[in-house]
Parts: sequence; structure tokens; C-alpha cells
Amino acid sequence: MNQVPLSHILFVSAALFFIGMYGLFTRRNMITMLMSVELILNSVNINFVAFNKYLYPDKLEGVFFTLFIIAIAAAEAAVAIAIIINLYRNFHSIDVEAADEMKF
Amino acid sequence: MSASAVVFYMLAFFILATGLLAVTSRKIFRSAIWLLFSLTGIAGLYFWLQMEFIAAVQIVVYVGGIVVLIIFSIFLTQQSGKDLPAPVRGRPVVSALLVCAGFVLTCLLLRQYAFRPMGQSVAGAGAGNMGVDASVGNIGAQMLSTSEHGYILPFEVISILLLAAMIGCIVIAIKVKPEEK
Repeated sequence: MNQVPLSHILFVSAALFFIGMYGLFTRRNMITMLMSVELILNSVNINFVAFNKYLYPDKLEGVFFTLFIIAIAAAEAAVAIAIIINLYRNFHSIDVEAADEMKF
Repeated sequence: MSASAVVFYMLAFFILATGLLAVTSRKIFRSAIWLLFSLTGIAGLYFWLQMEFIAAVQIVVYVGGIVVLIIFSIFLTQQSGKDLPAPVRGRPVVSALLVCAGFVLTCLLLRQYAFRPMGQSVAGAGAGNMGVDASVGNIGAQMLSTSEHGYILPFEVISILLLAAMIGCIVIAIKVKPEEK
């Protein structure tokens, strides 16, 4: 893996981040927006692991940040899906533009 | 170009292609499956970086947990055979332009910066030695250690957060009986 420079891994994660941004901009369905958020979080994780591997090879800090980000992403996805299901019961749609009231 | 570089570029192409399909596919179930492939490719990238534990966690939590949760919620909330409504007119073009501009800007910034290893061991060992000891025992010992570089406090905070998220999900998604409304 020494033949691949660090900047190429960062290019990949930047591309993945902007693919997720494109999804967030264009999608209106809440579940697909959640998928875009997962892609963005994964691109951040790739960055942490690559920096840990290439720049600080005697430490493990990037690994711990990645593990905590994965745990928080799991909690976030679970809460988001609970909210989506609750919203679906009230509006019968999970389109973000259908949910235009905060209290019902 | 060596074999490991070829593997890296193939993995990168796989991740980006399936990620792009996941955000552009018009059928929501296919979109979830493309996301699953993309996340598996990222796990492969962690294997390529010799971070086996992270790769295992990625597969267990993302592929086994989050994607399955997303697929369940797709089945609970809509007819998965139907196409998603088309995006607002002109929005894909504008957002693609914005995203490309952001990507080009990020790449230009990345090219200007010279990354150099910062650790103490690198100076003596030479650039050829990539010695991360990311074994499970080492990660566990540091995560549960109470000394200076231990991560016991974030670990406990995360466990409280997971408990709170679990209870919160039950409270949010609980069905209110009609007579209580």
C-alpha cells in the first residue's frame, strides 16, 4: 500500500462526500436522504483511518474516532427511522415537502 | 503499478460507482441495495488499509444493522416497486454543478498540501515501515484504559447515548391508542 499516496485516498473520500451531498440536494424522500447522510459519514471515517495509517503510524486515535462515529451513526439512524415511521403515520408520506407542520 | 495499487483503484471505482447509483437510482429498494454494495466496498478499503477490526465493525454495524433497518423502514412506509417522484426541475443540474465545484476546490486544496508522517517512530524507522498495531487486543486495552491516552470516558458516554437512543426510539415510534388522542 506504499505505492498509493495519501492524497488519492483523500480524493476518494472527497468524491464520496460530494456524492452524498448531491443525494441530499436532489432527493426529497426521507429514507434516501438518510442514505446520503450515511455515505457522508463513511467518507469521514475513511479520512480518519487513512490519516491514522499514513501520518500517525504509532498511534490509534483515528481508529477510536472511527469506532465512535460508527456507534453514533447507528444511534442516529435508529432515531431517524423512528421519526420517519412516526411521520408516516401522521402524514401518510415521507416526502420532506409533505411534512410542513411541526405540531398536529 | 503494483497489485495492491490496482486493488485500491478497483475498490475506489467500486465504492464511487455504487455510491453514485445509490443516490441516483429511481427505485428506492435498488437504491438501498446499491448503498449496501458501497458500504461493503468501504469495508474492503479498510481491509486494504490493514484495519481488520474497523472493517469487521463496518460490516457488522453498517451492512448488518443500518442497511437492514433502512430496508425494513422502506417496507413499512411505502410500496417499494413504485418509482420515486422525479426531482424538482433543474435541481439536479444545479446541485451537480455545485457539487462538482466543491469537489474541484477540495482537490485543488489537497494537491497543494504536502502530507508528512508526524509520529515519533517514523523518523527512526524510515518511510517504508507502516507500523500501526491495530490488533483487537491493543485497541481494547487502550479503549478501556484509565490512564492518560485511555478512552474509558467516551466509551461510557457512548453506552449511555446508545441506551438513550434505544429508549427514545421506543418512545417516538410507540403507537398512540385512538381513545387517548
